Amino acid sequence: MSTATTNPPADQAGQRKAPAGERVADWADGRLGIYGLAKANMRKIFPDHWSFMLGEVALYSFIIIILTGVYLTLFFQPSMTEVVYHGPYEPMQGIRMSEAYASTLKISFEVRGGLLVRQIHHWGALIFLAAMFVHMCRVFFTGAFRKPREVNWVFGFLLFVLGMFTGFTGYSLPDDLLSGTGVRFTQGAILSVPIVGTYISMFLFGGEFPGHDFVARFYSIHILLLPGIMLGLLVAHLILVFYHKHTQFAGPGRTNKNVVGMPLLPVYMAKAGGFFFLVFGIIAIISAIATINPIWALGPYRPDQVSTGAQPDWYMGFAEGLVRVMPGWEINFWGHTLNLGVFIPLVLFGLVLSLPAVYPFVESWITGDKREHHILDRPRNAPTRTALGVAWITAYFIGLVGGGNDLWATHFHLSLNAISWFVRIFFFAGPVIAFIVTKRICLGLQRRDRDKVLHGRETGIIKRLPHGEFVEIHEPLSPGQLHTLTAHEQYKPVELGPEVDENGVKRKISPVQKLRAKLSKGYYGENNQIAKPTAEEYKEISEGHGHH
Amino acid sequence: MKKLSARRRHPLAAVVVLLLALAATGGLYAAFAPAGKAQADETAQSLAIDEGKKLYTVGCASCHGTGGQGTTDGPSLVGVGSAAVDFQVGTGRMPAQQPGAQVPKKPVIYTQAEIDQLAAYVASLGAGPITPTDKQVDPAGADVAKGGELFRNNCAQCHNFTGKGGALTKGKYAPDLEGVSPKHIYEAMQTGPQSMPSFPDTTMPEQEKKDIIAYIQTVNGSESASPGGLALGGLGPVSEGLFAWIFGLGALVAVAIWVAAHTAKAKKS
Repeated sequence: MSTATTNPPADQAGQRKAPAGERVADWADGRLGIYGLAKANMRKIFPDHWSFMLGEVALYSFIIIILTGVYLTLFFQPSMTEVVYHGPYEPMQGIRMSEAYASTLKISFEVRGGLLVRQIHHWGALIFLAAMFVHMCRVFFTGAFRKPREVNWVFGFLLFVLGMFTGFTGYSLPDDLLSGTGVRFTQGAILSVPIVGTYISMFLFGGEFPGHDFVARFYSIHILLLPGIMLGLLVAHLILVFYHKHTQFAGPGRTNKNVVGMPLLPVYMAKAGGFFFLVFGIIAIISAIATINPIWALGPYRPDQVSTGAQPDWYMGFAEGLVRVMPGWEINFWGHTLNLGVFIPLVLFGLVLSLPAVYPFVESWITGDKREHHILDRPRNAPTRTALGVAWITAYFIGLVGGGNDLWATHFHLSLNAISWFVRIFFFAGPVIAFIVTKRICLGLQRRDRDKVLHGRETGIIKRLPHGEFVEIHEPLSPGQLHTLTAHEQYKPVELGPEVDENGVKRKISPVQKLRAKLSKGYYGENNQIAKPTAEEYKEISEGHGHH
Repeated sequence: MKKLSARRRHPLAAVVVLLLALAATGGLYAAFAPAGKAQADETAQSLAIDEGKKLYTVGCASCHGTGGQGTTDGPSLVGVGSAAVDFQVGTGRMPAQQPGAQVPKKPVIYTQAEIDQLAAYVASLGAGPITPTDKQVDPAGADVAKGGELFRNNCAQCHNFTGKGGALTKGKYAPDLEGVSPKHIYEAMQTGPQSMPSFPDTTMPEQEKKDIIAYIQTVNGSESASPGGLALGGLGPVSEGLFAWIFGLGALVAVAIWVAAHTAKAKKS
């Protein structure tokens, strides 16, 4: 309006008014300075592969959890004040319970849409953690954690661990019999810590368990502290993804210095936006058809009651399993009782969980590789790393079996004790077996790749030669396929050098160096990778005898 | 008479009187008892015991002994009462198929009339809990909420929050309570079969048993409401986690593959 009045001649002179979008962009740029930012990032290229979208699933489910969580806070009462229930759910009439439990019943049965939103929140949480887990698997098995992305890997790892504890504090809030048992379990684990355990427990619960405080405290932790940290880490995680550029699989035209794919705007904005609604839709459908955590059937928490089949949500099942199968050792040390039956699993839980966080640094130390990597490894081409990853997952899964040992027993007609022994043995033996088997499979696949490169693809067409011999026709691979199969780099194991120096004096080699050489041999030694075909080998075979 | 009168203070007089009295009682019993026995034979109870004993000899005696005294293969049935027989045979657990950690329930092979006869025979071996009447086990009008509290206090440790069952040591288990008749739940509480403790009326009055039956029927019956949708077995986080991984993440990965497969194509010029 003002431009029209103050500057009429320009308009009349036929100068076309800028389109609305441009004017909005100008207005915003003048105040926020976003032009440079947008110019740099709007055309940012991202590569295309379905496994790169697993992180997106985690991101979107996190957003969904925040949105539904806000709705739940409007009705939830984080209070342990005792009330008597007089709501619509018949089997709880007249039962004494905490306000937290009563308000969760109210959300489930009286608040409009409450039960659906509660279920979206909880299903979303399970899927969020599962999506982070598979996203981490993708990053691990393709070597995407290598320089320059080690720090971002650690951020992602922290997001997973914080997600576990946000989940734990969240499902403990309704103060139902199942989650209360879980809180008691956790308190027991805290108590088992020597010296400080009792103090931490008294501090956390404001006195003896269960006290009157923990729901309110868990509430603050669940809705403010942990999600706040996670949001910060998430932003940092995404900024680093932009800063580092996305990794890509090897292929023709793809180098360590470029990214082949589609621009963020419009292609990936449209794809990501659509994918968000697909994720939301799928979680909503699941929440509409399947119950999760039916707290009305579980009853309010009372420390004197307990039920069988009391498990945590899946991401805590590993810890549950370790405690379930651990022998109940207890020793008296210098007048103090040490509950090793709980403390050892607690330590193991922390150790096993933190292995992925330190792995990138260990691998770069062993390989001595300080270069940047933007081209992903195929898992088969890093057999030792892949085998280590599968071994870790095996230990994790065996722990989960231990956590659900009672359900394995009832549903497969097994003895609970036999399952405990299975878990005790295979928590150690399983990863070893998995390591060996995975490595063999990877090496086998490498041999197959080598064979394919040198001899081409088996067509299944049998040809009879004039002298009666039958041969199968092999079709040579295209140059693109040849590149993809041979693009990976093969390291040489670290050499310790000669044992004596030029003067014939025995060199001092530190045990750390020896260990590194040994590990390096385990990664890249003779029997730990199959030499990829060289151009000479290819030439000799393809030119020497045409068919083969 | 004088002779008798003269010896009435004889030291053996009391013994003689006692013998005479015993002889008279025994004589009277001998005279009347056979007639009494013949009458009793015609009551339904005795017939049931007789029939039950025949069934027992064929189906049970090989493990529990010819007189219900028990053997190395089966416990003594003296004093277990008719309620125990009605539960064990009425749910198909007895006769057992094979030895094992626990005797599972199976299709019932005896008719209710035969079960009653067996129960009558076993009850005749010694007093024990009696099969409840229909009125005793009828949950109508019972307090479901109180039943729930009692259930969580006394039963959930083994049978799970809503009676879905759970594992015990070395292959033993607490069974799922869905579809178990009120009478059999009542009898199980009364007699404590296999690993289960017994809850006699002295510790858990009849009304409380009815409350528990009402609770089980409300939360774990074929018509129990599941307001949130599929109950996923009512087994808690393990089945929920499996569902989230297989159907939740499975569907999302499938969609991701689908989206990635439909990428923008360069315009054909």
